[in-house]
Amino acid sequence: MATLQVELVAVERTIWSGEASMVIARTTEGELGVLPGHAPLLGELAPGGVVTIRSTQGEDVVAAAHGGFLSVTPEGVSILAETAEISSEIDVERAREALRRAEQDADDPEQLAAARRAQSRLRAAGQSV
Amino acid sequence: MAGSLRALRRRIRSTQSTKKIFSAQELIAGARIVRAQARVEASKPYAREITRVLGALASSASLEHPLLNERTETRRAAVLVVTSDRGFAGSYNVNVLRRTEELLGTLRQQGKEPVLYVVGRKGETYYSFRDRPVEQTFTGFSEQPAYSDAQDVGRALIGVFTPGEDADRSGAVDEVHIVYTEFRSLLAQVPVASRLAPVDTEDLERGEDGDGEGRPTGDSGVPTSYEFEPSPEALLDSLLPKYVTTRVYAALLEAAASESASRRRAMKSASDNAEELAKNLSRQANQARQAEITQEISEIVGGADALVSAGSDD
Repeated sequence: MATLQVELVAVERTIWSGEASMVIARTTEGELGVLPGHAPLLGELAPGGVVTIRSTQGEDVVAAAHGGFLSVTPEGVSILAETAEISSEIDVERAREALRRAEQDADDPEQLAAARRAQSRLRAAGQSV
Repeated sequence: MAGSLRALRRRIRSTQSTKKIFSAQELIAGARIVRAQARVEASKPYAREITRVLGALASSASLEHPLLNERTETRRAAVLVVTSDRGFAGSYNVNVLRRTEELLGTLRQQGKEPVLYVVGRKGETYYSFRDRPVEQTFTGFSEQPAYSDAQDVGRALIGVFTPGEDADRSGAVDEVHIVYTEFRSLLAQVPVASRLAPVDTEDLERGEDGDGEGRPTGDSGVPTSYEFEPSPEALLDSLLPKYVTTRVYAALLEAAASESASRRRAMKSASDNAEELAKNLSRQANQARQAEITQEISEIVGGADALVSAGSDD
């Protein structure tokens, strides 16, 4: 079976890379699933988004990706994010705390971005926001 | 004689304790280089991917963006200088500042008015001591820059480069340059100046600039035609500032690695010098001690002789 070569790259390091059978992400235009053989595509991820990578072993790698891009080429998929975290590494308590703090003054664009980041981390960790 | 011996011993002690400081600094810097190099490496995949994506975008979309287009008239040019926060780094800061002066000279010759942005406390003091105006300074992270620091710097630079329609245009600049120290190897760090904005489209097509390992666009040789979500223009709009920030971040990381490497080298030669000095001083101290003993002996012998000759007179 054809597979996708997936790379999830944050600015400071590579978060995950390997073979996958499917990538699910949400761009600013809408939810998107990428299977092997997908047409080349360049998309901007929705703010506060979650990326799901279904690895060839059938397990799901869920990651919070904020401020990112998705690039699908014939060779594979690369996801670029300014900040990204794999769900198992997310500290739910801290994310909740961050969200609460950021929501206190949601008018400030920076706080809004922080809130989005916290939301995406919570979503990736399987919490409802 | 005894006085000079004491003075020498005191100097030996103080030289030895400064040597300890130098070698501790050397070890710290050594450890930091390894970490800084690892961070430079870790940031490369992102830089490579974003360059590739932008390259793909640039070859598919019509390139109309304020960050890409050359300005018809360039009056003011922002120059970002990356220096260190702390000294003790040998010629590191001097070299960067000298390269900056060269660049400022060239810009002035071309009739552009340079505007300074400084990273690092050393650069800040250099310009404030000379009473030269600095538009903005960023300090406190030169050794371990985080991406958020690069974002702060990037936001400031992009802000003055592309002010909004209604914003005050008096502070606007038409070019953005960066001067930082490139980390070539442990022994060679070279100050380089390059232009951040407008983004050079040739850099994008060539892959990572100066790196030599940039992938050719489209591995099969045929340029891939992409679908875009949202429109290419909107993508370019959000990608370009990120690209500029990535370049700032890469420069900050390289500079941090170079800073530690320079510091280690400077501290190595300082502790070598201190050791040499301590060795010479202890030679002198030994001589002084020997001379003192000799003198004491000859005084005793002289005294005994005097007593003997006095006794023989009885």
